[in-house]
Parts: sequence; structure tokens; C-alpha cells
Amino acid sequence: MGMTIVQKILARAAGRSSVAIGDVVEPRVDLAMSHENAALVINQFHEIYKGTGLEPHLWDPDRIAIIFDHRVPAESSKTATNQKKIRDFVAKHGIGRFHDLRGDEGGICHQILPESGYVLPGRVVVGTDSHTTSHGALGAFAFGVGATEMAAVWALGRVLNVEVPDTIKVVVDGTLPATVLPKDLILHLIGRISAEGANFKVIEFHGDTIERMSTSGRLTLCNMSVEAGATSGIVPPDAETVRYLREEAGVSDEVDLTGPDAGASYSETIEINAADLAPQLACPHTVDHVKPVVDVAGRKVDQIVIGSCTNGRLDDLEVAAGIVKGKRLAKHVRMLVFPASWRIYKEAMRLGYLSELIDAGAVVMNPGCGCCLGVHQGALGDGEVALSTTNRNFKGRMGNPNSEVYLCSPAVAAASALTGVITDPRG
Amino acid sequence: MGTVVLKLGNDISTDHIYPGRFMATVLPSETPQFCFADMTEFNARLRNKAVPPGSVIVAGQNFGCGSSREQAASTLKGHDLIVVAPGFARIFLQNAINLGLRTVICPEIEASEGDELEIGADSVTNVTSGKRFASQPLPKARQAIVDAGGLIPYARKLVVEQAS
Ligand code: SF4
Repeated sequence: MGMTIVQKILARAAGRSSVAIGDVVEPRVDLAMSHENAALVINQFHEIYKGTGLEPHLWDPDRIAIIFDHRVPAESSKTATNQKKIRDFVAKHGIGRFHDLRGDEGGICHQILPESGYVLPGRVVVGTDSHTTSHGALGAFAFGVGATEMAAVWALGRVLNVEVPDTIKVVVDGTLPATVLPKDLILHLIGRISAEGANFKVIEFHGDTIERMSTSGRLTLCNMSVEAGATSGIVPPDAETVRYLREEAGVSDEVDLTGPDAGASYSETIEINAADLAPQLACPHTVDHVKPVVDVAGRKVDQIVIGSCTNGRLDDLEVAAGIVKGKRLAKHVRMLVFPASWRIYKEAMRLGYLSELIDAGAVVMNPGCGCCLGVHQGALGDGEVALSTTNRNFKGRMGNPNSEVYLCSPAVAAASALTGVITDPRG
Repeated sequence: MGTVVLKLGNDISTDHIYPGRFMATVLPSETPQFCFADMTEFNARLRNKAVPPGSVIVAGQNFGCGSSREQAASTLKGHDLIVVAPGFARIFLQNAINLGLRTVICPEIEASEGDELEIGADSVTNVTSGKRFASQPLPKARQAIVDAGGLIPYARKLVVEQAS
């Protein structure tokens, strides 16, 4: 019986020649990522050693990455103190891949990992963040874990008790129509299979649409796979993966392009014709409440958000800037732009995208999670409506349970910013 | 025997259980105060200790979807609540097991607020309605963590073995 790509990765990481679906394995970890929640990981890590008489010891400080992104600059003294504790821990233990709030190295964890060349095909990546699924875009098996589970990884270097997941094969063929973007594709898929349609499973993406898609678009797909409940999303690595790693991530190491076996077995196969897709919206208050934009067009919006680990990359900013260039946002709208990293911020500045957005009336914020998770910056007022390129619209997600969040592509967001109502970017 | 103190629908996310704006609070000793913070009445009952330990939340499909925040499990564990649902999201279920929060997968569960539930090894009995519903045992690998008393003691044993 052939193996899926994740079966192959898990077999290698567990030192076995093969694994079957449902087997319990303890894969060695290639990269363990945390953000501000490292404060809890550190606490649990020390708990593990309590009463043992042993000095707490990290299995491999060079394989641990910590990125400050969720609340930067700190919104409260509590966060600032947690961040200080993490910095002290990083210094004491010599953690190699630490990205503080800095213009020369900072940004959102799911952007920093790929652009820094930390993620390679075939590797096992765990992160204390559910959108760790993003890194499947580079052919890694990447999944989210809780803080205590991460503490055990820090101590032991392997993930305990991982069940080899079943895989759903999604085949996308054809050409996406103009202004229909990877975000529309993944929203369509989530709407089709539901928020739990891929629970405990991996989504493997195939088809000529995916083969032609940039790594940025693939990151959007894998990022949101978790919104269908998936353990991870993954794209078999190919020439585009190598291009990205060489040209954008500065990786010179040999790249393993192992894909799934031709005879791999899947729990189901879903086929999508890209040419049939139209701009999509996830309506309040669940990500699988998906409708074509035309069905909701005309709904008044108060705040537009462009950014996050889902759609805060250069091509997303290019799309948005292209739409608003030389125009002005509707009078009642405020538009917040959060580039996913400082590298992207600088590139967008150099290419003129930021001034085009600002001239139209947008406010460009510092790279980070910003208002995506309702912790600080950009909270909504009672009864307000936001249109956002982020990945979650749960009640209260943007800091106010009495507000509504619609999710969409950067093209829909920018077109709607000009009119002040939900607008189909195809005109 | 535990009383159903809260009945919820499908897709209850971790933002719902533990809103993001309280995420700077991380310690399991401090998270219980923000449990279901946006459901102000229920949260007040929890904080006033009006909900006895061992009380039950009955939820719908996909409980705990969304963010990996472990606070969503520790905040429920802090009040010694039990969650019975037809299905749980993966990371939440793992966090619950790791922290010793009791979760019961019960596909057909029917219960209303105020009902008394008897939770057995392979079934849940609604004592009030007199109906019995099969529940699914945990996979062996997860049961081992529960038996050890949670992931901290489980990992502690492995760390000690590794060092010797
Ligand atoms: S941008 Fe939003 S979804 Fe992405 S890591 Fe930050 S909080 Fe999470």
C-alpha cells in the first residue's frame, strides 16, 4: 500500500520504514515554534522538572523558534512582563531563532518561519498556534499543539502520542478567474466540507491550479486548512518550493522533494474546477458560513482589515494597493493594513504600495497580529461590521461580541473599502 | 452524578470559551476567572462558586475549535467542569487530556440544563430522562496520559528515564 506525504514524513521522523493510518508514533521534531504563549510553555517546562532533582534542559535550543507577534508593541504591563520573562529565558538557554519586536527581523510567526528558511519539505514542525498548518505550503508536516505538549517537546525533542492521520485529497484544476484569489478557493472548500469536515485529517492539495500557484497563495490555503478542522494542510513540494526557498528564503541546503506515492490511499477526494469560482465571503459567526460575495453585496461596513498570516504578504498588498490607487476610501470607512513581516513592509514601501494605500486613506500599522485576535488595536464598536482578510470570524474575535466580522480576499476588502459596502471586485 | 449547568450548540470556539483579550493571563491558577467571560451571567455564577465541581457542560459538534490556546482547557479544568459532546476539535481535546480536564465523546447525547448525568466508562446516563447514550473510549495513547494524571507527570517520568 502506498503512503501519503504525511505518512512518509512521520515514518522518517519516527525511524520506521512505514506507518499505517491510526498508528501511534513519536516523531522527532525539526522545528518547535512559539510566540508570546512561550510564557506558559516556560512555566509548564519547569513543572515537568519539578521534584526530579534535574536541571531543566532544552533538547536542542537551535530547533526552537520564538517570535513575538501577538501583542506587539505590548498592550499591557502584563504582556510586557511576560515578554521580558521570555527574553530572559531565551538568553539564558541560548535559543537560536528568536525574533523580537524589531524592524530588521520581526513579523508574524507564520511569515517569519518560511521567509527565514526555517521550514523545509519533509520536516516535522510543531507550533503553539493553530495556524502552524501554514507551513505545509512548503511540504512540511506542520501542526498546532498546546503549551504543555510543547513543553514536553522542549524537554524530549519528540511529540508524544501522535496518531498517523488520514488524508483528504483536494484536486484543483483550471485557471482562477481575474480577482478570484487563493483565499476564495479555501473559503469555498471550507464552506463545502464544513468547519469540522477535515477534523483529525490532513488536506493534501493537488492539481494544476496548485502547481501554478505561488508559495504565498499556498500559505493562504494551508493556513486556513485548520478552519475545516484539519490537523494540517500540505502541498507536495515542487519547482516552486525550490524557487521560494532559494530566492526568497535564502536556503542553499539540498531540498528533499519527496511527494506521496501514486498508490496512497485517501479518505476521500474532492475535485474543484478553479474556473467556476467566484469571490467568496465567510459570514458571521463561523468560518464555514460561506456565501458568494454577490449574495451579500451592499451590506455596509465600518472597518476593513488587510493583513495577518493569511493575507498580509506582498502579493496581497499589491492587489489591495492596485485597487485603491489614485482613489479615496468611502468617507465612513476606516482601513487598517498589517503587513505580515517587516521584510514585506519594507518591500511594499519600496514598491510604492504603502503610499498608495495611505493616500487612499488607509492606516498602515506595524507588522504583527494586530486586530486579528481582538487583543489590542482595531477593536470594533457595538453593532459594527468588519470586512477582513484574516482567518477567523468567531463571535467576539475582534474584541467585541456585539460586532460582526466577514472574511474575504484582499481584492474584496479593497473594492469594498472604496464603496463602503460589501462589493464584488469583478465590478 | 453531575448536573448539566450549561447547554451549548455546535462549533463553540476557544475564543468563546476564553476570549483572546485575556490571553496575557496564562497560569492555570489565574485563568478560571475568565471562563466564558462573554457569557456574563454564567461567568458570574462560576466566579461566585455557585457551580459545584463535577458539573457538566453539554455541547454540540466540534467543541473547542479554533485557536490552540491552552487557557480554554485550563479555565474549564479550574472549575472542575466535565464536557460532554458528540465531538471535539483536535487541539482542544489533546489539551484537555494533557491537563486532566474530563471530556466525554458521546455522539447521541440528549440533555437539557438541570438534568442529572451519570458518566460511566462507556456510556452517559441521563438520570432525569432515563435515557442511556453510548460514549467512545479514548484512544489508548491518550488514555495512558490520563492514567498518568496528565502530560506533566507523564513527561516527567520520561525525562527522568532519559537522564538515567
Ligand atoms: S495573524 Fe491572527 S491568525 Fe495569524 S498568528 Fe496572528 S493571531 Fe493568529
